[in-house]
Amino acid sequence: MKVCITAQGALLESKVENRFGRAPYFIIADTETGSFEAVVNPFADGSGGVGPKAANLIIEHQAGALISGLLGGNAKAVLDMAGVEQFVYQAGGTVSDALDAFKKNTLDRVK
Amino acid sequence: MIRIAVVSGKGGTGKTMITAALSCLLKGSLVLADCDVDAANLSLVLSPRLIRTDPFMGMKAAVIDPDLCTECGACREHCRFDAVEIDDGAYQINPSRCEGCAVCTLVCPADAVTMQPRQTGVIMYSEVDRGHLVHARLVPGAGNSGLLVHAVKKTALQEDGDAEKFLVDGPPGTGCPLISSVSGMNAVIVVTEPSVSGLHDMKRVITVCRQFRVKIFVVINRYDLDVTKTEETEAYCLEESIPLIGKIPFDPAVISAVRAGVPVTDQGQGPASLSICGIADTLEKELVNLAAR
Amino acid sequence: MKLAIASGKGGTGKSMTAANLAFTLASDRLVSLVDCDVEEPNLHLFFPSKTTPRDVTLPIPVIDESVCTYCGKCGEFCRYGAISVLPKKILFFADLCHSCGGCTLLCPEHAIHEVPKRIGTLSVSTPLPGLKLVTGTLDSGSPLAVPIIHAVKLEAESDPLVILDTAPGTSCPVVEALEGCDACILVTESTPFGLHDLELAVDVTKRLGIPAAVIINRSDGKDEETLRFCEQQDLPVLLTIPFSREIAAVQSRGDLLCRAYPEWQKAFRLVFSKAESLMEAKS
Repeated sequence: MKVCITAQGALLESKVENRFGRAPYFIIADTETGSFEAVVNPFADGSGGVGPKAANLIIEHQAGALISGLLGGNAKAVLDMAGVEQFVYQAGGTVSDALDAFKKNTLDRVK
Repeated sequence: MIRIAVVSGKGGTGKTMITAALSCLLKGSLVLADCDVDAANLSLVLSPRLIRTDPFMGMKAAVIDPDLCTECGACREHCRFDAVEIDDGAYQINPSRCEGCAVCTLVCPADAVTMQPRQTGVIMYSEVDRGHLVHARLVPGAGNSGLLVHAVKKTALQEDGDAEKFLVDGPPGTGCPLISSVSGMNAVIVVTEPSVSGLHDMKRVITVCRQFRVKIFVVINRYDLDVTKTEETEAYCLEESIPLIGKIPFDPAVISAVRAGVPVTDQGQGPASLSICGIADTLEKELVNLAAR
Repeated sequence: MKLAIASGKGGTGKSMTAANLAFTLASDRLVSLVDCDVEEPNLHLFFPSKTTPRDVTLPIPVIDESVCTYCGKCGEFCRYGAISVLPKKILFFADLCHSCGGCTLLCPEHAIHEVPKRIGTLSVSTPLPGLKLVTGTLDSGSPLAVPIIHAVKLEAESDPLVILDTAPGTSCPVVEALEGCDACILVTESTPFGLHDLELAVDVTKRLGIPAAVIINRSDGKDEETLRFCEQQDLPVLLTIPFSREIAAVQSRGDLLCRAYPEWQKAFRLVFSKAESLMEAKS
């Protein structure tokens, strides 16, 4: 499955970004192959509605799950509709840390 | 990094003076941002030394090419923001009214309208005694100040992302600039004053801050000007379980400090200064608890 | 005749000035007091009275999914991210919509029509026999202050004397409130903060071609720099209100200076007659 993690930089060592729509990067990691891709978020500096726009973007990248710190209601609605599960990561670590926690199944699901 | 925004709801409650004093008192490395981009005042008491200035591009706005325009009036008819004006028979866009929706580009039969980026402000990156300060100036009457707030915060995080604390002086009100200021922060300090309007506006701003799940603290400034209203504010905080981290007495030293262009804590040990030192201590302890959570 | 009360800096006493002027003038003429600070409206706190607020609405789209082909054109066009089109579903976010009407115009299937959506409220009351109070309140979290300001101004459009209280600052809500006004009183305080923000506010009134004058509030007597600026800019100083704990206490409890100390009414009448001559000089 492809998992999207909001990040402050383009690497697995980058810190997880707490915000979703305004995250500078989306790291799309493939849990089966271990490969990953960094997608620059073109909406990070947008003036409004960045949550749903970013949600559409990660859906286009075929993410099946999202890991972020905080998620707005509008973005959540889009992801729910597309069947993308959402998980909260607020421990202040890196993208790798968040991905490990996800694989160990220790992250809370966004309700 | 711990991110703290100082906000107020009502203007003129002493937000900037408290931010300036806290910037001198808080421990560890620090980066500051003045997000009251409509009326940025933090630089007036922190003597910044300018390092560089960047242009701020707001949302794209419509521009009519007079050579292509056939003056059919379709854009004016469809613009819901009354941004299309006729000057001496020529159709033009009033940029301060344009919301950037691009409906005019959709309806123009002559393809005379395009969406163009426009500069609506400047962002300044400066050095102050405690670290760096990012401040900005919005072109008067320009919209999108929320976006400028976002750009100011982003500059601070890009340049000084390794600082231990990020302190933001927020705007008054509850609109988009306030929302942009509070977004992504760990804590907000709501500065209020003991008056009917101070209490009313504090409640409104707290409602908005709660949507962002940030830790909220309250400070009552000039609390001794109305003891009854101060008690009312205290009762509200207690009821809502919002920590009141300080009450600052009215002190003429505050105005003299602003006139001298320095934080009040630089001007000896007056009552306001002592009280703000106490607030800084309490805040440090609360932030340790917050980080531990 | 429309007189705006504005200030660059917040908390300088803008609402206090507007309320006292309206209170004083309403004893012998009809006054409409319009609160254009829709993010934090405060004038109603000085004039408690019963009102029935009515909704201020904007048209927003409704998408008929039985007709929609999920082509995605509306979602692509919307600059505000208010429409998300998925392969078999379309989502609309009313809180992001700016009501531009683009999606409705654009839809090739004509699957979109518009319905009204509330963005805030407007209330009209008569707290005193000669006083009409119009208050606009933006729903919290809504970014659309300008349409509410437009609605409150329209409510008093044809009234003989209108006093408008604007939001602090210099951005679009302030410009919306000031447009069409005959004169503007800028309330300031004699600190570097007050002066810095007064300069910004004067810039706005000049751009709009509105004659302006100044009231200095909470003065501690050290007004030289502000007075010098006003002289340079040819801005008459209509009144200087000293700082005093008595005046501050009147304010805090939500009372009016001119009600608590009627001797102040004379000063506010004088402010108004000077402002009137400003407007006449313009026309």
